[in-house]
Amino acid sequence: MLHIQYFASIRETLGRSEEELELPAKVGSVQDLIDHLLSVNPSFQRVFSAQNKVLAAVNQTVVDLDHPLSENDEVAFFPPMTGG
Amino acid sequence: MISIQNQDFSIADEYAALRHRAGDAGAIVTFTGLVREIYDVSAEGSESASVRSLFLEHYPGMTEKCLQEIQQQAEAKWPLLATRIIHRVGELHGKDQIVLVATASAHRHAAFEAAEFIMDYLKSKAPFWKQQKTATSSVWVESRDSDKAAIDRWQDS
Repeated sequence: MLHIQYFASIRETLGRSEEELELPAKVGSVQDLIDHLLSVNPSFQRVFSAQNKVLAAVNQTVVDLDHPLSENDEVAFFPPMTGG
Repeated sequence: MISIQNQDFSIADEYAALRHRAGDAGAIVTFTGLVREIYDVSAEGSESASVRSLFLEHYPGMTEKCLQEIQQQAEAKWPLLATRIIHRVGELHGKDQIVLVATASAHRHAAFEAAEFIMDYLKSKAPFWKQQKTATSSVWVESRDSDKAAIDRWQDS
């Protein structure tokens, strides 16, 4: 199972902070996962739109969208950080 | 040493603890970030509003990991004798302390530069998100290009 987490404005847009997903066979990368989420749930269109900058982390490290995914990965989507 | 916490911190206590850990330090720099009461709502600063409160969200687990990495990078770049990072999360109000970075070294330049480096990285690389609440709205703070640019200047040093 993929464990997916959403933070800040993305969490609010989707109305949930996390979900579990059986890794679909055709999903090999973070970009594939984004495409999959967009295809199964239209609410993701408000998250992964051209206007929004979305960062992805796999197993708690920020990665590029071509980063490969494996069963049991922890994936997170969030806006650019604003700490300090 | 790194802490992510809801509760406030005492500069005096943290300074004393760092000074004790720092051995033969000749310089200790402490930086404290505070919550501003008037905040630019948009990234461009075209709109300002009185902020009632600030909510700090973070990614438990990844936050600690990121701060450890930033601290290790600072320790690799400068001869530090001790460092301390505290970042508060949850609901904060105007004038509250939000972040502490303290560095100890034999000489002041290393302590000053390392503290600034840690703050620059922490602002754009550690998974914290600020939401500000005014009387009428609740807005996620936009990241600033100037914060990203602040990181770039450390790349070749």
